Amino acid sequence: MDLSFLWQGILSVTWKQFVMYVVGGLLIYLAIEKEYEPALLMPMGFGAILVNLPLSGVINQFTAGLGETPGIIQWLFETGIGVSEALPILLFIGIGAMIDFGPLLSNPKLFLCGAAAQTGIFMTIILAVAMGFDLKDAASIGIIGAADGPTSILVSQVLRSKYVGAIAVAAYSYMALVPIIQPVAIKLVTTKKDRAMRMGYKVRNVSRRTRILFPIFVTVIAGLVAPSSVALVGFLMFGNLIRECGVLTTLSLCAQNELANLITLLLGITISFSMKAEDFVRPETLMILCLGLVAFMLDSIVGVLFVKLLNIITPQNKINPMVGAAGISAFPMSSRVIEKLGQEADNQNHLLMHAIAANVSGQIASVVAGGVVLQYFANLG
Amino acid sequence: MLQAIEMLSQGMAGIFVVLGLIALVVKGMSWLDNRKK
Repeated sequence: MDLSFLWQGILSVTWKQFVMYVVGGLLIYLAIEKEYEPALLMPMGFGAILVNLPLSGVINQFTAGLGETPGIIQWLFETGIGVSEALPILLFIGIGAMIDFGPLLSNPKLFLCGAAAQTGIFMTIILAVAMGFDLKDAASIGIIGAADGPTSILVSQVLRSKYVGAIAVAAYSYMALVPIIQPVAIKLVTTKKDRAMRMGYKVRNVSRRTRILFPIFVTVIAGLVAPSSVALVGFLMFGNLIRECGVLTTLSLCAQNELANLITLLLGITISFSMKAEDFVRPETLMILCLGLVAFMLDSIVGVLFVKLLNIITPQNKINPMVGAAGISAFPMSSRVIEKLGQEADNQNHLLMHAIAANVSGQIASVVAGGVVLQYFANLG
Repeated sequence: MLQAIEMLSQGMAGIFVVLGLIALVVKGMSWLDNRKK
């Protein structure tokens, strides 16, 4: 009786697959023990182990006896991300339904913070090109700086980047590490006096009409200037319109809870298809992780410097420079960081509502950034 | 490299135009709301 099949699997594990088991274990540890983006990192970590088992049944396999057998994770990836980008795009309906743009609508000047804080994306693209990545891969890496996981996955997939797995891991890991990364970046370019700067907050009621028209105008404006951003911005704003219209409460709650949870659950394990050992274990992965960190740092630094410049141009309504760093999409982590740093400098300094306004502006700006990057390549022809 | 620099200028211009226009529209809607009161 031939029992060699019992150790065939063990003997065919490669060192790269072994590295992926360690990576998967690390992601699961970070998700469970450190609570770093657990909804995404846990499924990604488990999926990294799953797809790297020899002859894994979750990816398509060809064997002499059975012919080609389909794998569920490969099918999910090809259908939900590869062909249609449906999973990241549909997630935006849930995200849009969760966001209250009220604080931003009360102070529209803070839209500019969201715009400025995307600069790190493009500076990182230049760095990645200088390090030898081709332009499409560099653009996919730069988008890590959008601090927006679904946008990073979507752009890297549309541009057919070879590094989708590494980019997704970097995007979600650094989003979880915002409370560690941002204080370092902010303190590099601010003094204690800057951080202690107080800002008054007037509660301004935003009319229902404004709240309803806002997502429609945003979609039309973004669509006219950068048509490639329509899928991202449109679905984000569709979710927000469901929330604000006031007559679709059940759908709004469904989008915020069931839809967002279901897609998040599937997105993590689906993206692990791009974490196969032969695609992931290579020197470029480490370079991508470093560049992702640089992108987050540059976003925060440029955001702060932009507000300092804005304060010189419009000295009558000064903004605490740290609020500029909240213009990234990592919500609400970034707002909490700004509030905490403000209170460290002056325990009566409350910046949370201003930071939240800049933060939600960053959520729009990050999807617009993804759209303009895609638009650039669309225009290249 | 030139293309990356071009992407920086075009990309940031696009983002500022979109966000700037949205800010202006919101400012306009806020003005209309306040005028009614």
